[in-house]
Order: sequence, then structure tokens, then C-alpha cells
Amino acid sequence: MSAIRLTDLAIRYGDTTVVHGVDLDVAAGESFALVGESGSGKSTILKAIMGLTPGWTGEIAVNGRPRRPRPDRGFSRVCQMVFQDPYGSLHPRKTVDATIAEPLVIHGVPDRDAAVVRLLKDVGLDARFRFRFPHQLSGGQRQRVAIARALALQPKILLLDEPTSALDVSIQAEILNLFKRLRRERGLTYLMVTHNLPVVAFLCERLAVMRHGRIVETAGVSALRTGRFKSDYARELHRLSGPDVAE
Amino acid sequence: MTAPLLQVDNLTVTFPTNNGPVDVVDGVSFTLGQERLGIVGESGSGKSMTGRAILGLVRAPGRVRADGMRFEGTDLLTLTPRQMRRIRGARISMVMQDPKFSLNPVMNVGAQIAEALRVHERLPRRDLNRRVVEMLDAVRITDPERAMRLYPHEVSGGMGQRIMIAMMLIPRPRILIADEPTSALDVSVQGQVLDLIDELVTGNGMGLVLISHDLNLVGRYCDRVLVMNAGRVVETLDADNFSAARHPYTQGLMAAVPRMDETRDVLPTLDRATWAAT
Repeated sequence: MSAIRLTDLAIRYGDTTVVHGVDLDVAAGESFALVGESGSGKSTILKAIMGLTPGWTGEIAVNGRPRRPRPDRGFSRVCQMVFQDPYGSLHPRKTVDATIAEPLVIHGVPDRDAAVVRLLKDVGLDARFRFRFPHQLSGGQRQRVAIARALALQPKILLLDEPTSALDVSIQAEILNLFKRLRRERGLTYLMVTHNLPVVAFLCERLAVMRHGRIVETAGVSALRTGRFKSDYARELHRLSGPDVAE
Repeated sequence: MTAPLLQVDNLTVTFPTNNGPVDVVDGVSFTLGQERLGIVGESGSGKSMTGRAILGLVRAPGRVRADGMRFEGTDLLTLTPRQMRRIRGARISMVMQDPKFSLNPVMNVGAQIAEALRVHERLPRRDLNRRVVEMLDAVRITDPERAMRLYPHEVSGGMGQRIMIAMMLIPRPRILIADEPTSALDVSVQGQVLDLIDELVTGNGMGLVLISHDLNLVGRYCDRVLVMNAGRVVETLDADNFSAARHPYTQGLMAAVPRMDETRDVLPTLDRATWAAT
């Protein structure tokens, strides 16, 4: 079964169409990447799946269920998102505990105390961070909190929007390892947006290259190793991203 | 090598904290000739503070000390603020990370670039205009006359950064300090901007200090690279020979970057207890 299926998806902001007729199929358990330059529409697609952009046409189905343009409480238990900027995506006046527990409160999940402790452990954060505020944490620690919050309702699908691009390389390595481990342990499906092709090579199996709101090419990650892309644009992007790799 | 443009001797930048003073830059020494020097490190390593200290841009309560910081024979630390202003921008200038926050939003591009020149040189308006057009042309902006009338919100990130570079280079400085000049830009534009900096710096016989967290990028555009951790230079490398890196921190940093032909299942990480980082 496909975890995420987009059929002829078009997204408009006012009179401007930013995504044109995108078809995409991400299988359950797969890790899939959307890559491209800024303005290519990749993050907009994630927002549309989450219901954060109202003006879309076409079809979005998550776990076989079509998305409707109205709030859907059950959806939060299926699919969650991790954002790029760990400094902007946490409430500055909520403790780590309150941040992670919030989705549990909203959904009336019992035994929240134990759940928060377990989530902190799962994302590799020491229990002493539980009652701290975001400004007392480093970027990598904040991103771990954001991941714990996304996992609180035990969704099977995570949408990742540049989840490591605001982090230092050594911290990026830790978070990428964490994503890999969580996916293995929980059988998660990832749809990740990034412009960093080596990150795709580490974390994903397939990728779609986007440009001007259209998917130019879909390929397996092996194409990153060999550079054998079908389209000129994908080859160019690959060349610019890693001049050290043999052509 | 010719006499160095800049000689930094035992530079220390100290900030007071609740737990006593902390040296965010701790005894850094280097010389810069007509070459491209890279400074690499993670956040908190002191790489940006080093750049700011050279330009006298560390604000109180931060304190800058050094055994010497000589630029073309003058010790920058002994200068009055007024004398320093004459050097900053004109002789040593700096390109910041994000053009969105570094350009004046209510001034058009032409006026901003002209201002950078007017502060340091007295020129008739016609010559001023000509220099601005020449400079925009040099940073490969097509139709400079039109670009001069644009406001910062009307230009793209890559173009904004080229405008920044134009502004920094128009007084013809000897040294350009570029602090993460491309990290706010797309990969496809990054290369263009760095190629441009490289060409202008090399063509005019300037010295370049390129500050970045990206080891590979710095390796591509510099001759020598200083690797910093916790305020200290842990290793100096020849850019074309990174594999010669001996220091465990440098090695750890290089290993932690995913590769295009990645086959490792787990990325090696740095031991936090040994290496300060955020």
C-alpha cells in the first residue's frame, strides 16, 4: 500500500500556481526525498499534505485515505511533520515536557508522564532536560524535542522539511543517525525535503528532483552514486552538489 | 611570499559570563598574505568572532586582546575608533551571511553601493555613478542601470549577495573577510557567488578570509585552512591535502559529513565530552 499518494496535485498561492500537476507515490516504510532549489515547490507539497495550504486541487491520499480541505483530528495520529528551524518551531515559553505532552493532552492519551519519559529516551535526550525551556537547549537538542513531539502520537509517517540544514555537521550526523534508527525501530515512512544530496544518499531510497513546481525526474539513490540521471537539470544539480564525485 | 597583509598574534576575545570570563577566541595566531585563507569550525568555535575582532566589531562587554594585529604595518589594536573607521570598509571589508538582513531595505541598490564608496572617497557624482555601474558589471549583474534602481526586496538571494560583494569591493580593499557568504543561498547559486569572490580576490591581488562551517566548500576555494574548536586553532591544513589531517577533531568533522556515494549505515559522531560544540 502506498503511504502517500499525490495525483495531479496543483497548489496555488493567490493567482500564482506554485506546484503543477505533481504525481507521487511513496510506499509504506519507504524513505523518499524531494530535492530542488528554493522556490521549486518542494516544501509547499509537504504543507499541502499537512493541511497548511488551503488552495490545492487534485488528490492527496495518506494511507489510502483522501485528505479533505478541513481539519481532521485522526490525521495527526497518522502523519506528523518536523520543521527546519529548531529555534522557530518550539514554543519559547513551554517546557520540553509541555511541548511533548501537548499532542497527548489534545488527543486524551492516558499515562502521559510515562509517555514523555519514554519519548525523551527514544530521541536520545537525557531526562534532566525534561523541564527546561527551548532557550536552555542547543540546536541539536531542540531538534530532538521537535522529533519527540512529532512521534508522541505514534504516527507511521513523518514529513521532514530540511530537518538538519540548520545544524552543525557533527550534530547533523547525530540527528541523521537518529532518524535512521527510529525508522528501523518503528517502521516509519519518511517524506523528506532537502537540498542536500549527500543527506539523501544516507537516509533515503528514492528521490524526486523538482524544478519550477514540477517533478523533473524520479530516481533511486544509486543515481547519486553514479550520477546517471536522465534529465539535464538533475545531472546539473548533482554536479553542483558534489564536484568531488566522479562524473 | 611577500610581506603579509595581516599578521595576527595570540588573539583572544573574552566575554564575561555568570561563571566568570570565557575566552571565545583563545590565543589564535595566523598570517594572511595575498592568498585565500579558510577558517572552519562549528558554531561556538570562535570563527566568526575572529573575523569580527580583526575589524574591531566585537562589542562590549566583549574584550579583544592580542600581542599584535598588524595590517600593512599598523597595529589595529592601537587605533582610535575614528582611525579604525577609515580602515574598516575601505581597506578591510566583510561580506555577511544573509543579504536579506545586511542590506538597507529602504535604500535602493545603487544608493547603497554609492554610499559605501562616498564614505571613503570624495568623488564627483558622475564618477561615482560610473564606478557603481562598473562594479555591478564586475559582479555580473546584467543591466546595472536597472539594478541600481531596485530595492533589496526586489532582488533574489544570489543577486543580493552579489550586491553585497559589490558594496564591499567598491572601495578596493586589500582584505575581504567573508563570513558564511553563501550559506543562505541555493547550491546552484553558491558556486557562482564563490567563483565570483575568488575571481575578484585573485584578480586584484587581495587577501581573502573565508569563514564557513563547510569543510569541503572551504577546501575548494582556499589555499590554506585553519580548523577551529572551542576558540583555538587545532590544525592548519593545505586545502589540496585534507587527507593529511592529523588532528582527531578535523578527522571527526570530515567523517561526520554524509557523502554522495554514501554506504555507511551509521555516521560517526564526535565525542561531546572531548570536543566542545552545541
